[in-house]
Amino acid sequence: MSVTVNIPADMEVVYEYPRSMNKVYTHYCPGCPHGILHRLIAEVIDELGIQDRCIGVAPVGCSVLIYKYFNVDFVEAAHGRAPAMATGIKRTNPDKIVFTYQGDGDMAAIGTAEAIHAANRGERLTTVFVNNAIYGMTGGQMAPTTLPGMVTTSTPMGRDVRLAGYPVPMSEILAQTKGAVYITRQMALDLPSIVKTKKAIKRAFMAQMADLGYSSVEVLSTCNTNWNMSPWDSMVWAKEHMVPTFPLGDFKMTDEVRALKVR
Amino acid sequence: MAKGMVVIDVDRCKGCGLCVQVCPVGILQLSPDAFNAKGYHPVMVTEMEKCTGCASCARICPDVVFTVYRKKRVRKSA
Ligand SMILES: Cc1ncc(C[n+]2csc(CCOP(=O)(O)OP(=O)(O)O)c2C)c(N)n1
Ligand code: SF4
Ligand code: SF4
Repeated sequence: MSVTVNIPADMEVVYEYPRSMNKVYTHYCPGCPHGILHRLIAEVIDELGIQDRCIGVAPVGCSVLIYKYFNVDFVEAAHGRAPAMATGIKRTNPDKIVFTYQGDGDMAAIGTAEAIHAANRGERLTTVFVNNAIYGMTGGQMAPTTLPGMVTTSTPMGRDVRLAGYPVPMSEILAQTKGAVYITRQMALDLPSIVKTKKAIKRAFMAQMADLGYSSVEVLSTCNTNWNMSPWDSMVWAKEHMVPTFPLGDFKMTDEVRALKVR
Repeated sequence: MAKGMVVIDVDRCKGCGLCVQVCPVGILQLSPDAFNAKGYHPVMVTEMEKCTGCASCARICPDVVFTVYRKKRVRKSA
């Protein structure tokens, strides 16, 4: 459907479709923050003017098709292996800006080793780590990040920490590595936090552009479909229940990263 | 005259309702009767005159449905 709209001459555009995103529909459920985060990354790539130099590495999980949605180069990694693949790409193409986009199943379960070692080696990579406390794509099973007592399809009585352990604090762990220069946890659960998350993603990309080391932005997110809530209710729920377990903040920020001027 | 204005790409909308929650002047709602090509009740503007062009709707939208316009600021001459 094409609609022609007359824009009054005294109006200027303040928000328009990011250039780094393809004009296609995404397959995400209505209200899924994956869409918000794709948009934020595309806006950052546009603002930094790095569309031609960017290479994304796609995960396995609901965002497995992310390469279709971005108007930048992309490759698909095996489940959890995005940081390893990104390492090879960045080392052979040091002038490119390489980022991985990973869910909590991808990054904190099957791909824990790859993530920690990439950070520890100080690979010049940027990771956007979307933590929705569940395996979304496969039908809502428990992830290592699932909250204690949280009901999922594989923990119908709630996560029992005696059997399944505690939520994995990925950002706190990554912050211990020497090679990491910027490790932060944000959330995309309301308007102010979305604005802050964008700024963090921008800082993380800028840290790579300045060749400083590994950077990761964990973003608390939702899976309204598998949580069985409306999109807005899931955001309210996550703010109330996820933040106490996964506190927000910068777990590591070197002086060089702090000195970056992020506008 | 309105300070701002939004253009809605109706067929991109999945009717998630996040924008309805954040619009500070409460002028967004999901169309009660209409469906879009994907079968969702898309968002609609009830009173465009009240739009401030703040772009809150665009900043929470997961599906890039909104293009937002705002009245140009006229510089005061010294
Ligand atoms: C090697 C391998 N093991 C298991 C799977 C099944 N699998 C697909 S997606 C997924 C988990 C995805 O969860 P997450 O990373 O949290 O992303 P989300 O879907 O929640 O966005 C699993 C276990 C797979 N595809 N490949
Ligand atoms: S299943 Fe969950 S994570 Fe996957 S698209 Fe739907 S809401 Fe998003
Ligand atoms: S630009 Fe602001 S005021 Fe206008 S519809 Fe969007 S949220 Fe409401």
